[in-house]
Amino acid sequence: MKTHNNRAWFLILPVILCVAFSAILPLMTIVNYSVQDILGPTQHVFVGTEWFRMVMRDSELHGALYRQMIFSLSVLAIEIPLGILVALTMPAQGWKASMSLVLIALPLLIPWNVVGTIWQIFGRGDIGLLGYAVNHAGISYNYTGDSIDAWVTVLVMDIWHWTPLVVLLCYAGLRAIPDAYYQAAKIDGASRWAVFRFIQLPKLRNVLMIAVLLRFMDSFMIYTEPFVLTGGGPGNATTFLSQYLTQKAVGQFDLGPAAAFSLIYFLIILLFCFVLYNWMQRVGTGDKK
Amino acid sequence: MMSKTLTRPILALYLLLSLLPIYWMLNMSLKTNEEIVGALTMWPSNLTFDNFKTIFTDPSWYDGYINSILYVVINMVLSVAVALPAAYAFSRYSFLGDKHLFFWLLTNRMTPPAVFLLPFFQLYSTVGLMDTHLAVALAHMVFNVPLAVWILEGFMSGIPKEIDETAYIDGYSFPKFFVKIFLPMIKSGVGVTMFFCFMFSWVELLLARTLTSVNAKPIAATMTRTVSAAGMDWGVLSAAGVLTIVPGALVIWFVRHYIAKGFAMGRV
Amino acid sequence: MARIELVDLAHAYRPNPTQPSDYALRPMNMQWDDGGAYALLGPSGCGKTTLLNIISGLLRPSHGRVLFDGKDVTELPPEARNIAQVFQFPVIYDTMTVFDNLAFPLRNRGWKTADINKRVQQVAEMLELSSDLKHRASGLSVDAKQKISLGRGLVRPDVAAVLFDEPLTVIDPHLKWLLRRKLKEIHHELKLSLIYVTHDQVEALTFADKVVVMTQGEVVQAGTAQELFEQPAHTFVGYFIGNPGMNLLPCKINGGAVHIEGSTIPLPPKVSAALDGADGKTTLGIRPEFVECEVEPQPDTTPATVTSVRNLGTHYLAEFRVGEHTIAAKLRQLSAAAGDKVWLRLPAERTLYYVNDKRVA
Repeated sequence: MKTHNNRAWFLILPVILCVAFSAILPLMTIVNYSVQDILGPTQHVFVGTEWFRMVMRDSELHGALYRQMIFSLSVLAIEIPLGILVALTMPAQGWKASMSLVLIALPLLIPWNVVGTIWQIFGRGDIGLLGYAVNHAGISYNYTGDSIDAWVTVLVMDIWHWTPLVVLLCYAGLRAIPDAYYQAAKIDGASRWAVFRFIQLPKLRNVLMIAVLLRFMDSFMIYTEPFVLTGGGPGNATTFLSQYLTQKAVGQFDLGPAAAFSLIYFLIILLFCFVLYNWMQRVGTGDKK
Repeated sequence: MMSKTLTRPILALYLLLSLLPIYWMLNMSLKTNEEIVGALTMWPSNLTFDNFKTIFTDPSWYDGYINSILYVVINMVLSVAVALPAAYAFSRYSFLGDKHLFFWLLTNRMTPPAVFLLPFFQLYSTVGLMDTHLAVALAHMVFNVPLAVWILEGFMSGIPKEIDETAYIDGYSFPKFFVKIFLPMIKSGVGVTMFFCFMFSWVELLLARTLTSVNAKPIAATMTRTVSAAGMDWGVLSAAGVLTIVPGALVIWFVRHYIAKGFAMGRV
Repeated sequence: MARIELVDLAHAYRPNPTQPSDYALRPMNMQWDDGGAYALLGPSGCGKTTLLNIISGLLRPSHGRVLFDGKDVTELPPEARNIAQVFQFPVIYDTMTVFDNLAFPLRNRGWKTADINKRVQQVAEMLELSSDLKHRASGLSVDAKQKISLGRGLVRPDVAAVLFDEPLTVIDPHLKWLLRRKLKEIHHELKLSLIYVTHDQVEALTFADKVVVMTQGEVVQAGTAQELFEQPAHTFVGYFIGNPGMNLLPCKINGGAVHIEGSTIPLPPKVSAALDGADGKTTLGIRPEFVECEVEPQPDTTPATVTSVRNLGTHYLAEFRVGEHTIAAKLRQLSAAAGDKVWLRLPAERTLYYVNDKRVA
């Protein structure tokens, strides 16, 4: 039972200060830019929602949003089942368990630009094992020139990079299931599939919710890895939302539209996460003790 | 659980595919550029450590590593230090606006870093923190602190309140209780938190590169400089990449027992 | 229903056990009658859960055999032995309704739907779960969930034995009594063999016909409640059963008499003969219920000082100091108070003697 004590705010103060400095101030700046047109160092004109409307009509944005949705959904559809599968195959204890954990987690600890670099090299036809092998198997493969190849490479890279997160979360969830459940299932004569469907999967629900939310969020914000790998190309075939925003803000220096889009971008993620979270909560009702 | 005959091959296959790209980079880091461009081989025919030597002797290279490690450690320490009291407050007390505050904290994690690019650039220039390790550490706190508070709050809620009350009855002051009694009990939680803070700060590079130019430049920025007149310096680039994996691999090697134990305790 | 036999059964986690301490379960032989209600009683870590898991087949013993109705089932997995096990916390399938939970073992065996319906209704009625059949199992109270766990075991008509591993641990105290009564009803009706593991002696003694007391991997005594109370075969049984437990005093046997703390009590010839030549730690045991207290010295009494007296309504619980040891006694009346000097009589017919913790006389 928590005690009511407003003096707890003192304990929270350091967090608020740090995060406020790093988050609220910049956000204020963004809001500022999003409703003004900056013609010169001292000339600001209030334009209201003009930037917002312009951004929403931008066909480049539509394209980037569409590609982003496909990317995030594909990523989820592959990484979640694959993560569950791999977690099921991992040993429960002993040195083999620690060893597998370390090896599996390795891709998670690589700086994101190095991830891009690894796959940049790996996918090349001349010096990369993957590119060389695929080309020699008779399939023409060129991730810099061909859009489909670029897409596949970006997807495979993300799967390689982030499935370990799903694996680790599911592994933790599986370890939390008491032995008694498996023992009871044995006594009940349950098949292996029944054990998965009726014991493991339900008990993984909380963990999977976290995994889906995290992966959706992070894939929606992805920037560095595809940027290093394909630069968003060929053309804009692999340009997703973050890169679109960066191009606008830093490349073209369209501060107004960039700021407007930043706010929209954030709101989209917030909305999706809110909806996803509530949906998963509802799927799990009837489970409260 | 599943029969061993089925699980072991699947796991082995996954591990093989997972480690293959990393191995490939390691492979290239031990070859000369000529060999790389010349023919494709699974292991170096002329093993060479020259690429690594270049990195260790060229300050523009190893400075990058030192800078990265510096801001990551600063971030780790600051994030946990700031998150500990906050997590305690969320765990033990209810107060005006607590749920809204918690939600606001989480939204920081949901904000795309790209959104912060320009504002951060202006903000840190204004306060004169541009191109410092502190700037990157602070910037990374935006998404690490919410995560730290979230994880720590979970672990803290697992400790019964009676322990706090007993300590106060025994005459402990709050700071003494926190340091001598409470912290040791959530040791593994602090460990997990520090690991995740390290991880997310070490791998994030968009903000790190934006906020730095010369003095605090992380290894990421340095690596984009490997194009020379002779063409792409694949060997050195690969060696640099390999070296960025080493700190992460070391960290996770040392904490592997705690992670395995943390999982065994069933704490997500 | 089955008669269960354990032949030379022992379990050690290390491959080559040499001393007793290497064993999680020390070698034993036991028979459990068909349809009997047994309790495995002992403190935490004494091996009772290990023994239970060996009987159910969840654990393969390192030595010995398990026989059901004479058939060797040692190599058989749990589902082939036809047993049911109820665990410390309710184990149910969260996503299924109560009906589906109970029907699950039967569906796995390929029963026909009509037969399943009939059987599930039967068991649900017996457990008073009929009104909940359509509800999701996860929404029920803890005791209802334990009933579902039990129901899944009972739903198979040919179940050989039902094994319980401290099943009332998570149940509220006022519901424990109801569940215990329900278990006794079911035992009476279905005449199943029931084996109940617990560390609570009240539970064990009220539930079971025969109680098996264990400590540190060893079965020290198996008997009815009365046998365990009046004739404990091991100092542990004396100490564990009863509230407070038996008084155990180290003593020396010499010349036909027992010496405790400066006083000498002559021994009856039979006892003296049994203890003659006893080599090892000698302990005298007497239950607090049988200790008598006199305020004047009597011929066969030992001096003692009263350290505390508590009036518990129906009797007094007094503690006395005899030399360095404490003796507790339950007395109908007591005219002494703390600090007084009194004389205690230990009736010979109620006094038991143990050598190396095993009863000798």
